[in-house]
Amino acid sequence: MATSAALSEVTKCPLVNQPLVNRAIATLHSVTKRYENVPALDNFSFQLRAGEVVALLGPNGAGKTTAVRLLLGLIAPTAGSVRVMGRDPRDSETRTRIGAMLQVARVPEVLRVCELIDLFRSYYPQPMDSREVTRIARLEGLEDRMFAKLSGGQKQRTLFGLAICGNPDLIILDEPTTGMDIESRRALWDEVRELAAAGKTVLLTTHYLEEADTLATRVVVINHGKTVCEGTPSEIRGSISGRRIRCITQLDPAFLFTLPTVTDVKRDREALVVTAEAAEDVVREMLLRDRTLSGLEISSPALEDAFVALTSQA
Amino acid sequence: MSATAIALDVRPASMNYLGRIFVKEVRYEFVRMLRTRAFSLSVIGFPIMFYLLFGSSNRHSEFARYLMVSYSCMGVVSACLFGIGMGISLERAQGWLELKLASPMPRLAYLCAKIVSSAAFAVIILFVLVILACTVGGTHVTIFEILRLTAIVLAGSLPFAAMGLLVAVLVPANSAPGIINLIYLPMSFASGFWMPVSYLPHWLQRIAPALPTYHLAQIALNVIGAAQPGNMAAHWQALAGYTLVLFGAAWIVFTRQEAES
Repeated sequence: MATSAALSEVTKCPLVNQPLVNRAIATLHSVTKRYENVPALDNFSFQLRAGEVVALLGPNGAGKTTAVRLLLGLIAPTAGSVRVMGRDPRDSETRTRIGAMLQVARVPEVLRVCELIDLFRSYYPQPMDSREVTRIARLEGLEDRMFAKLSGGQKQRTLFGLAICGNPDLIILDEPTTGMDIESRRALWDEVRELAAAGKTVLLTTHYLEEADTLATRVVVINHGKTVCEGTPSEIRGSISGRRIRCITQLDPAFLFTLPTVTDVKRDREALVVTAEAAEDVVREMLLRDRTLSGLEISSPALEDAFVALTSQA
Repeated sequence: MSATAIALDVRPASMNYLGRIFVKEVRYEFVRMLRTRAFSLSVIGFPIMFYLLFGSSNRHSEFARYLMVSYSCMGVVSACLFGIGMGISLERAQGWLELKLASPMPRLAYLCAKIVSSAAFAVIILFVLVILACTVGGTHVTIFEILRLTAIVLAGSLPFAAMGLLVAVLVPANSAPGIINLIYLPMSFASGFWMPVSYLPHWLQRIAPALPTYHLAQIALNVIGAAQPGNMAAHWQALAGYTLVLFGAAWIVFTRQEAES
């Protein structure tokens, strides 16, 4: 068994003599974590390789934050093993090579941005230059501002700045853009791309499909503590069928169900929400039949819908 | 040869590194407490207010000296319980402590910063009260008495830091202020912070020796010769015992919570 695994490793990766290529930076090996007998992660295995940007995608309570906290050594697994850079994540030496952005409600509000950065830089033996931190996290001009005086997006960017203070090899971002407006979200995406371009390994958790899509080289979808599916963003999108058409129309929902590829029709206040794979064909048909149709929006499915699709397939 | 050279090279560097963390942690913790006006103004302001009320009405009397010392003890207790108890319990609830624990920051640096900063506040309160005693109190204090009181305030911060830590690990952040007041106010009263213990009802006088605040007050009052007759070493031992028991209890609770999380 072990030899066959080793063999397949060799066939997959011809550059076995270069251990730095595709080297596993962090591994969760069949990890189970229970909280009072409720499993948050259930025999969950996961690997993060050097230079990857991986998105852990899942709804609230899927086990994303539990996975992050295990990788950061904040909690211990009930069963299974956690390894980061080949060591225990609780090892202080391991921690000097990891930067984390957690879901922090508040940091000491009376400290200035530059003071928070100065404090976190002191924790690392080879920190990033503070000007570099403020540049990458886009905090220029805000250095002397108290944390309490920052906007929501600026607060998140400060937390992002703290995550990169130590110039870490591995950066873990737990729902970094939650509560951000679109503009700050885009800005943070650019910042993550810059880190990836600099060769850092990034793990981010999110419940925004779009975020995983635009940033990740690999997406791991989890729910109920288990991997639902895994692959590149386009592979994942392929497995989630249907787009959402939302519009105000006089057409009969029963009729809409008869259109090709329509899987769902729901009423949402004054509008109808139609889920269909061939969205263009359905919209064309609807526009032809209802000249009063207004407020048309077409979007990719929300993650909750994707999960219904993904879990019902399994 | 080269190996020893490397070992010698590494040690000062890592000592510098650790030293830098401790210095920054203490510095920013103190700045944080100072800028948190709800904390700094009330912790320093209450002893000042009480001294202006009761110290000045007892001008030129021994009681003006007594209150200077007893309110300093109150400063120790409030700075430690509110600074550490509420500080840590809030930072835990807000996720800030977790972010720090995920970083390479040594846990001891965090705790140390809280204790040093709270003790610094206790010393500030002492100095303010000494100035008030010499002015509005109309009494005099010798340099030697000030030095002894400073040492007592610093050492006395330890058992109450431990108590604050225990409160922080046991009590949720939103009920921490209430619980701390519930501990702090009756304890201050029963230990003679407001008036000498001998003026208190008999049943309270019997309870007093069970309280760490009583022992702190006796040690501090001994400096100005206002302590009840007794052995000072026993008071020190009581405080040391409290320190060990409270730190131990906080440690056990914290590690148990960590194992369950």
